[in-house]
Amino acid sequence: MNTKEALINYSLRLADNSMIAAQRLAEWNSCGPYLEEDIALSNMALDFFGQAETMYEYAAQLSNNNSTADMLAFRRNERQYLNCLLVEQPNGDFAFTMMKQFLYSAFAKYLYEALSASNDETLKGFAERSLKEVKYHFRHSSEWLIRFGNGTEESLTRAQYALDELWRYTDDLFCMNQIDEELISTGISVSSDTIAAKWNFTVKETLQAANLIIPEKFNVIKGGYNGIHSEHLGHLLCEMQYLQRAYPDAKW
Amino acid sequence: MVNHNIPLHTVSTADSADEKKVWELLNTIPDPDIPVISIVELGIVRNVDVEEHHITITITPSYSGCPAMNVFTEDIRKVLTENGYADVRIKTKLSPAWTTEWIKEEAREKMRKHGIAPPENDPDGEFIFMQQKQVTCPRCGKTDSKLVSQFGSTPCKALWYCNTCDQPFEYFKCH
Repeated sequence: MNTKEALINYSLRLADNSMIAAQRLAEWNSCGPYLEEDIALSNMALDFFGQAETMYEYAAQLSNNNSTADMLAFRRNERQYLNCLLVEQPNGDFAFTMMKQFLYSAFAKYLYEALSASNDETLKGFAERSLKEVKYHFRHSSEWLIRFGNGTEESLTRAQYALDELWRYTDDLFCMNQIDEELISTGISVSSDTIAAKWNFTVKETLQAANLIIPEKFNVIKGGYNGIHSEHLGHLLCEMQYLQRAYPDAKW
Repeated sequence: MVNHNIPLHTVSTADSADEKKVWELLNTIPDPDIPVISIVELGIVRNVDVEEHHITITITPSYSGCPAMNVFTEDIRKVLTENGYADVRIKTKLSPAWTTEWIKEEAREKMRKHGIAPPENDPDGEFIFMQQKQVTCPRCGKTDSKLVSQFGSTPCKALWYCNTCDQPFEYFKCH
């Protein structure tokens, strides 16, 4: 594995994380609990789609094999997708989606913060800009969780259920493989240890404010960055890629 | 010796005249979402470089998924082609990231007149609930306002409500 190959793989990981998070949020389009919230969910999806596009374009450009951002997004199978398991989980109810958004955006915030010091110009620029966006996502989901936890018994129960279900996918966020080793040693990417420490601190603080109890970790599942996914990703891709698979190269 | 220097000098004057003209033309292209301000006033055009009629324009996108970005680039090509500049290259520069500090002062006033509160004070940050900042209502100028939603009709705007006017307004997010 040389640095360039590692960088392509890592760019795809960043792109896939954003792409799948975007697709899940877009599923809420016109189904939001009220108008402003519907707009908020679509806005966040848009941020993620834009982030994905930047990284797919970078990966395509580095690959130098005539691939395009569209091909990378719409013509790879689930084993070739390198996103974390958390983002591919189904939306569930609104509390479930907000919990997912919260756990993920806290991670993205610290990851992008760290990548803003990357010695790769494109990653650095991508991280600087995306950081501004995910800070809004983080704040939005944090406020919702605090509302749920201090709202009714029903909202507290639902938020707690979401945390219990999703907590097992959070170790996967911080997994590192040989890609990370290569990129850390070359100053392109960063170790997830420091990101994990900051994430743990912030997440615990907010969950406490939301009266939510962090569950014992059980049935921890990992492997997203190596292309090992839950069954949900295949279904998501079926829907997302349908048009490009049925009508290759169709243009809007 | 003298003859050798003249053409070089002439070329660079022509280039700098072209450069000035290109900036002027770019300043006529409106932001599709806030048509009262131009893309130059918005601060996304970072550089114009003219070298013997080859024009390179560097832009820094405002938001990752902003659909207006595609409109910007099409408009830039269209306007420049119409004015005789056919050889145009548009380059995207991601770092440093676009910031609302790059919005020109006169554009802020135009926004306000258009009913959009321009970005103000500190960046919006990650304040949760109580540490919310105050935003000045573009209509009455009072600061007794509240955030309705951090996300609005476009990626760059949030929804606010003026307690004095009892009316909603849009606020250009500050970061």
